[in-house]
Amino acid sequence: MKIRPFRLSLLGLSLFVPAALCAVVLFLIIYSGQAIVFNGLGFLSRITWNLGNLYSDPVTIKGIQVPLGANYGILVFIIGTLASSLIAILIAVPLSVGAAIFLAEAVPELERSRPRWMPPIRPALSMLVELVAVVPSVVFGLWGVAVLVPFIGKYLAPSGNGYGLLAASIVLALMITPIIATTLLDSLMQIGKENRESAFALGATHFEVVSKVMLPMVRTTLIGGIVLALGRALGETMAVLMVSGGAINILPTSVFSPVSTIASFIVSQLDSAESDPTNMAVRSLAEIALVLFLITLAVNATAKLLTSGALSVRNRK
Amino acid sequence: MSVTVNNQPRFQALALRRAIISHIGWIACGLGLLLVIGPLLDIVGVVAFNGISAFSLKLFTTTTNGTAGGLLNAIEGTLVISAGGMLIAVPIGVGAGIYLAEYGSNKLGNTIRFLSDVLTGTPSIVLGYFSYIVFVTTLGWDFSVLAAAITIAILIVPYLARITEIALRQVPNTMREAGFALGASEPAVVFKIVLPGATSGVVTGALLALAISVGETAPLIYTAGWSNYLWNGKLTNAPIGYLTYVIWTFIDQPDARSHALAFAAAFLVMLVVLAINIGVRLIIRRTKLT
Repeated sequence: MKIRPFRLSLLGLSLFVPAALCAVVLFLIIYSGQAIVFNGLGFLSRITWNLGNLYSDPVTIKGIQVPLGANYGILVFIIGTLASSLIAILIAVPLSVGAAIFLAEAVPELERSRPRWMPPIRPALSMLVELVAVVPSVVFGLWGVAVLVPFIGKYLAPSGNGYGLLAASIVLALMITPIIATTLLDSLMQIGKENRESAFALGATHFEVVSKVMLPMVRTTLIGGIVLALGRALGETMAVLMVSGGAINILPTSVFSPVSTIASFIVSQLDSAESDPTNMAVRSLAEIALVLFLITLAVNATAKLLTSGALSVRNRK
Repeated sequence: MSVTVNNQPRFQALALRRAIISHIGWIACGLGLLLVIGPLLDIVGVVAFNGISAFSLKLFTTTTNGTAGGLLNAIEGTLVISAGGMLIAVPIGVGAGIYLAEYGSNKLGNTIRFLSDVLTGTPSIVLGYFSYIVFVTTLGWDFSVLAAAITIAILIVPYLARITEIALRQVPNTMREAGFALGASEPAVVFKIVLPGATSGVVTGALLALAISVGETAPLIYTAGWSNYLWNGKLTNAPIGYLTYVIWTFIDQPDARSHALAFAAAFLVMLVVLAINIGVRLIIRRTKLT
């Protein structure tokens, strides 16, 4: 085989990308190794996160130096992550399905009667929906703190405190709506004319055509889009950190309870983890990051399988 | 005939119900669209209003002092970190995109593509924490420009690779064949024919990556730190300020002056990100129309 230096150098450049990913995973595993041994499986099921007494002499457990009384459990953050993301999905799915249907089917109807001086509506509206996706998450968080949290505190929360699970879920829902809506819009636009026309010929109303013929056809893509959005919501950090109230060692009891997600907890622990002389807190945080990586990896892989059509019924022969 | 007559009221009732359900359905869908677009307009409106009212010349000429002062250090820091990240990421990302588009239709290419997608889906805080344990503590760089720029580069490189690949794949194969028929070498075909043909796509990718790097926060918290002063030019062992840090920490301060700074910073960031995205979309639309 001929050696092609040009191709090889391009290959070398492109290998940086998988190398970066492998480095991230590998270093997180190596660094959290001691923490994984010390925490055991209870890491995932314990409620308390306690750095221990950082000023007394460290004790040795299982051959590992840890601060006296240190105990690391992340069940609270796992529950907080899952709860905020699932509520966000519950809010976002009906909104984005409605928005996508309206953009795909109703707006062209309205366009037909649009006067000539008006610019086309659909490109402008779908661009607006897509632009929601690029607003930085910290700006969403700022809006949450300035507008949403006071609103929830004034009108909804019995305690008068707007920070909590509901605020985090609503902000997350706003951030993931465009992902679901654009996925659905694209697949609705690709449905063949004959399917719609045969439904109309049977006497279905326009809305029945959409809800009973078109939506079932794009079900798999819709679910794929939802799972993709779930992956985004699970890993979202800043917006959640700013509005969630930051609970620790306590499980949420209602939608107004303060919560922490895995991602927001990692950020909030920077200072306290650094003060641990045995480094065990920093190692446990690396273990949390690893858990978060594995969860999002599983969710994104599921989304990929669904959107690629590998699991759709029509392709199974 | 009698059967039809007997069914008439039932049929009419059914038709009425279907019409009502359809109308309710359309209204619900329209509400959905309003509820998606409404908050976005509110976000833009609130941030723009509060941001512009906080604008002054001092904002761009003085550095942050505690939670007051200007934003000069943060603006400079964001520019330095983004430029550094792009400097590292663009050659790698565009190179990877070229490889994937031109020679990546095989198992190796698919593997790279898959792992690149996994990297895209990795939460940015995980990347930030990785950089913290590797660059900031283990290598002893402390909070620094280099650690922040490398983290941003890891974050945007998969986007660059993917968008470059898509852009290059749209260049028709006949162009490559024509180049080879004229006796051009592989590098000549790529750099003189394929890349110029896909310039707008590659530039689009770079601009979108820039928008991402300006708006990111989570990966910088553990790598850039924060500094009230202008950048001293050192790549390591010197923390640096950035705009998104101002947004999420200053809004938690009690006084109105720091809130104004947070909104001003958010307005700057949002302006850059939205301007880049709207610009890119308009360019894409124009090239599609002609």
